[in-house]
Amino acid sequence: MIRIEHIFGSRVGSIIRGWTGKISEINRRYATPKIQMSRGVKFALLMLRVYLVLLVLLLGYKFWTMLGGGGI
Amino acid sequence: MDFGSTFFYKYRRFVKALKIYLILAGPGLIVMLADNDAGGITTYTVTGATYGYGLIWFLLLLLPVAFVVQEMTVRLGAVTKRGHAEAIFDAFGSFWGWFSFLDLTLVNWLTLITEFIGMTAAMSIFHIPPIFTIAIVSVVMLLMVLQGRYWTWEKIAIVFAVLNLIYIPAAFLVHPSIGDVLGQGLIPHFPGGFNSTLFFFLMANIGTTIAPWMIFFQQSAVVDKGMKEKDIPFGQLDTLIGSAFTVIVAIFVVVVTGTVLYGMQIDSAAQAATIMMGINPWLGTFVAIGLFDAGFLGAICISLSSSWAFGEVFGWAHSLNLKIREAPWFYACYLFAILTAGAVVLIPDAPLVLITLFVQVIAVTLLPAALVFLILLLNNEEIMGKYKNTLAQNIAGIVIVAVIIVLSTLFGISTLFPGLFGG
Repeated sequence: MIRIEHIFGSRVGSIIRGWTGKISEINRRYATPKIQMSRGVKFALLMLRVYLVLLVLLLGYKFWTMLGGGGI
Repeated sequence: MDFGSTFFYKYRRFVKALKIYLILAGPGLIVMLADNDAGGITTYTVTGATYGYGLIWFLLLLLPVAFVVQEMTVRLGAVTKRGHAEAIFDAFGSFWGWFSFLDLTLVNWLTLITEFIGMTAAMSIFHIPPIFTIAIVSVVMLLMVLQGRYWTWEKIAIVFAVLNLIYIPAAFLVHPSIGDVLGQGLIPHFPGGFNSTLFFFLMANIGTTIAPWMIFFQQSAVVDKGMKEKDIPFGQLDTLIGSAFTVIVAIFVVVVTGTVLYGMQIDSAAQAATIMMGINPWLGTFVAIGLFDAGFLGAICISLSSSWAFGEVFGWAHSLNLKIREAPWFYACYLFAILTAGAVVLIPDAPLVLITLFVQVIAVTLLPAALVFLILLLNNEEIMGKYKNTLAQNIAGIVIVAVIIVLSTLFGISTLFPGLFGG
């Protein structure tokens, strides 16, 4: 198995391992949302996801048109 | 009780309440005046130059908008004793937590760059090279946090916040016609008719009223200050006074630029200050100091809001009441944000205009989420108990949040596609 220390060296590797461990710990701690998922909450979160997807698509479109010779 | 005794009793009660307020005042006042940051001052400057006093009535509407949103952070912070970043992780899980945290970090860092742009541009008017401005500002910002007490930081920040009122004496220097200001400014109307350019300006003014960092900053500041449930009324009063001041400053900026620069093509507050320096050196000096102070206030609050968020999410010690050895990562984040943002401004030919535009676009990816989470959290009885939103607060909050989301989103989109709304 390739260990991260083999790629980045022991010092940098242990720092990266420490950070990824910390992030995993945070993900575990907050794995389950504590707020009661009522219909209203579910709907609001769904709308937020749709909003963000549309915004990302818009940003992507802008980036694509910029590559095609446009510009902000 | 006779009249004298009643008067004395009421006087003593008032003095006692005032003393408590002065102890508890801070987060609301600072966040609201910092709302008039370099970007905000630029928006008001261009608004005044373009429409004169014609949109003052619209600025007055921003008072309840700012108050309703920020007041919710006071209650949430005082009740949960948690910052907004931690509250989102805890309530909505790691997906929304990471999204909000990473987005906040990015948009804060970019906004910090724009504050440094504002400060260096203001000091350039006094022939101070950008490198000196950035070096001195960085040292002052560091000294402010390294003294080891939240209370001291807050009082120093209030001094800088009060300096934001410099636009009031500046307005007296330009001798505006009070009749014109009241007649044209206070009667709601759309100068030149409702068209795409005006719509762009309305969106820009709404967009500068509430920024994502403000929500995170005030909630964390309330927690760091140690405010409790019983302090909520004072926190609300503090926020209300701050909201009034932020609108007053905005109006005076418009009065200054609407009197002196009306009809001129103005692109930035620094350009306006340079022109005013030629008209009246005192006026130019006041406006340049105001721009510098706006950038500085924004910078101290934004960098702190990022550091608090890092501490909350990663579980590091995160308080201005702690020494460096007690909260090394908290201060490291603060230092890193200042140094890197300052360094970007010093890079020759850095795309600073592009960064300024990009901030507006990235902000609209975070602002709706932060506002929606705020409303949802404030409606949760388990979290808020008796301090949850009432029906009236919900109606006001939801309407205002919906308007902010729609207008700030349209503003962000119009930044991406400039021809869309004419701006």
